[in-house]
Amino acid sequence: MALISRGFSGRRNATDAKLPPGQYLTPDFPVLSAGPTPRIPLDRWELTIDDGTNVLARWDWKSFRDLPAETVTVDIHCVTRWSKLGTSWEGVSLDTLFADLKTDARYTMVRSYGDYSTNVPLQDLLNHQAWIAFRFDGKDLAPEHGGPARLLVPHLYLWKSAKWVRSITLMNQDRPGFWESLGYHIYGDPWREQRYSGDE
Amino acid sequence: MAGATLFRRRVVWRVGTVVALRDETPRAKTITLDVPDWPGHLAGQHVDVRLTAPDGYSAVRSYSIASAANSEKRIELTVERLPDGEVSPYLTQELQVGDRLELRGPIGGWFVWRSEQTEAVQLVAGGSGIVPLMSMIRSRAEAHSTAPFRLLYSVREPEAVFYRDELQALSAQQQSVSIRYVYTRATPKGWPRPAGRIDAALIAETTWSADLLPTCYICGPTSFVETASGLLIAARISGYMIKTERFGPTGDRK
Repeated sequence: MALISRGFSGRRNATDAKLPPGQYLTPDFPVLSAGPTPRIPLDRWELTIDDGTNVLARWDWKSFRDLPAETVTVDIHCVTRWSKLGTSWEGVSLDTLFADLKTDARYTMVRSYGDYSTNVPLQDLLNHQAWIAFRFDGKDLAPEHGGPARLLVPHLYLWKSAKWVRSITLMNQDRPGFWESLGYHIYGDPWREQRYSGDE
Repeated sequence: MAGATLFRRRVVWRVGTVVALRDETPRAKTITLDVPDWPGHLAGQHVDVRLTAPDGYSAVRSYSIASAANSEKRIELTVERLPDGEVSPYLTQELQVGDRLELRGPIGGWFVWRSEQTEAVQLVAGGSGIVPLMSMIRSRAEAHSTAPFRLLYSVREPEAVFYRDELQALSAQQQSVSIRYVYTRATPKGWPRPAGRIDAALIAETTWSADLLPTCYICGPTSFVETASGLLIAARISGYMIKTERFGPTGDRK
């Protein structure tokens, strides 16, 4: 039983019902990053998929943008408790990137320019659940929000949607990424409120 | 000392009792809490605070810890009231000494300073972003560390400065923290620099040179952190040495 806070009534609204537990709606798009915003010139940008030893696929900006892209409208949930409903993104589905790859790996480590990393099970990246997004709200993705391109995996807390994405490494065993090594949950399902390590 | 295992421990809800309340500024209050089972924290970490209404509705927000690491069973939070906030108005206006608060933490293992660190440290605060940096300054003093610390503290106006007397006392000591204020809207009388935001000249004049390989901690609103980190990188400081903590307009953080 939670402790009742004397004199607290709080604010509620009808949309709370659509939010995962412990989240609140924000009209803004707050920025949370562990370090400075990297600036990646498009002529030096690349995205790779590797198995830890060999590069299995590689795209430069042009070949990446030549891939079929889709526009998706999704809800996003940050572990710092803000949620934003109905956000609009354009990006390349991970199903497209993995279409020609065969692997038995069950886990991935997604790495960023600027050295961020986060682990995501491979099955969470496939089946129309994840995109490499390059446009938000009809505009090119701003650097502070992860431009030129970021992972978007909206069914997990937003720290899993690595900004400035650079590579995806396939792994046979799960390993913690950056925040997962620093006290945050290994999987991060907002609907089960898996914020911190040890949360059920 | 706290290693990785500290952060793998399950983070449970605890109950703290308010033992003191102090006005920092007209909008910000420092809350001192007795938390009998507090596990200790590192400078720079934060806690989640949970308020619960009689019908079970609850709201949780994160606040940085202001007190030094190893401050036993007592922690201090400094909370700035946001005009349309849900939790900060309660914490700054309703809360009284003797009330109990639920909190969970400490949280966050990245934006931290440990007393074993001996390298030069550059702190850059925008507004209430001073709070986790104050924990670092206090921890340095408590540990009798001689790590060279500099603080660049940007505030709207003199009345908005947190911890004014304590910062002044600390900076007056030998081998202590050197502090530079920058006022963005209004300056004290006779202040040499006109009101305005931080810029390259001020960074060059007041912060550690890149040659010293300082570790930099920047905390404040997103636009401030973007500006400050950009200026430090332009001053040849490696992005790998810069740690940031940001809060957005509705983040209700700090």
